[in-house]
Amino acid sequence: MMSLEKLMPAWVKRVGVATVLLLFVAGIVFWGGFNWALEETNKEAFCISCHEMKENVFKEYQNTVHYTNRTGVRATCPDCHVPKEWGPKMVRKIQASNEVFHKILGSIDTPEKFNAKRPILAQHEWDRMKANDSQECRNCHRYDYMDFTEQGNRAAKMHPKAFAAGKTCIDCHKGIAHQLPPIDQHIGERNEGMLSMSSGNTPDEKK
Amino acid sequence: MRFIPALGLAAALLLSGVSGAGAQQKLESLRGDVPIEQLSKNDNMFRPERDQELIPRNFQKQPPLIPHSIKGYNITQNFNKCMDCHSKERAEETGATLVAKSHYLDREDKKHPNISPRRYFCLQCHVPQFDAKPLVENTYKPAAKRGE
Repeated sequence: MMSLEKLMPAWVKRVGVATVLLLFVAGIVFWGGFNWALEETNKEAFCISCHEMKENVFKEYQNTVHYTNRTGVRATCPDCHVPKEWGPKMVRKIQASNEVFHKILGSIDTPEKFNAKRPILAQHEWDRMKANDSQECRNCHRYDYMDFTEQGNRAAKMHPKAFAAGKTCIDCHKGIAHQLPPIDQHIGERNEGMLSMSSGNTPDEKK
Repeated sequence: MRFIPALGLAAALLLSGVSGAGAQQKLESLRGDVPIEQLSKNDNMFRPERDQELIPRNFQKQPPLIPHSIKGYNITQNFNKCMDCHSKERAEETGATLVAKSHYLDREDKKHPNISPRRYFCLQCHVPQFDAKPLVENTYKPAAKRGE
């Protein structure tokens, strides 16, 4: 016992062994609790607890390959919308407090309001994914490991071209999990003056 | 009581006629001999065919068939996925078949710079291919091309 006391640093003796142990355990509990709470907000069930998400984007996503597919492997909301790395994840979570604020304001609490805001909201996500080189896509889809011979003719032709041109996933793959905002595709007067979308470029506002 | 045998004969004739017709013509629909409330034995789901080369037309002005899967390609109020590749703005880059000139005409045959809205729903005329075998034999032969 004497030898153990000798090994202790001076500050441990000052505050007492019990206090140190208590702080250590409290640290584990709080850090664990923080991570647990963070993970709770990183679940699909949490995302669609807001009707804004459940009635709009979640319904659209249910028709897509990331929700239902042959093997049942899924990409849920946070897989695409929350970075996996700790730092960027914290930044995104803090930004999300703005979303809580707008939830309280009711900015998008009807489908009409949501659709009116859709071009802006979509642009935010496109910009974010463009900026991080579609990191959330590439967490699963790594083009270094893509076997073009297994892809359809069209994908096999376009992918090497796009990669060589330095494009990132979101440049072409927009609106794959949710519906797109109105896009001007030069069909009659439909969506005239709205976003024009051409792959490889972030859609530019024409207005 | 003389009419009873006659009645009996008539009834027997009628019954045999009915049962005879039933035995002769046992109808079987294309889904097989399965009651309607049960699942058909032939309930294989058809799969879209993989990407292939352009499918030749069978007759003049036939809307070209879609030689690739269109799974997940939607035409909504906001966006027409087909025109993401086949529009004249995009076709060169994507290598897709260009939307035909006729699609720029309105119903008065007046040409417009934009695609006519009446052509918005591509799948009304252009259809993708599935591995469904014909249920009945088809002797249709494609018409000869112009000049053949």
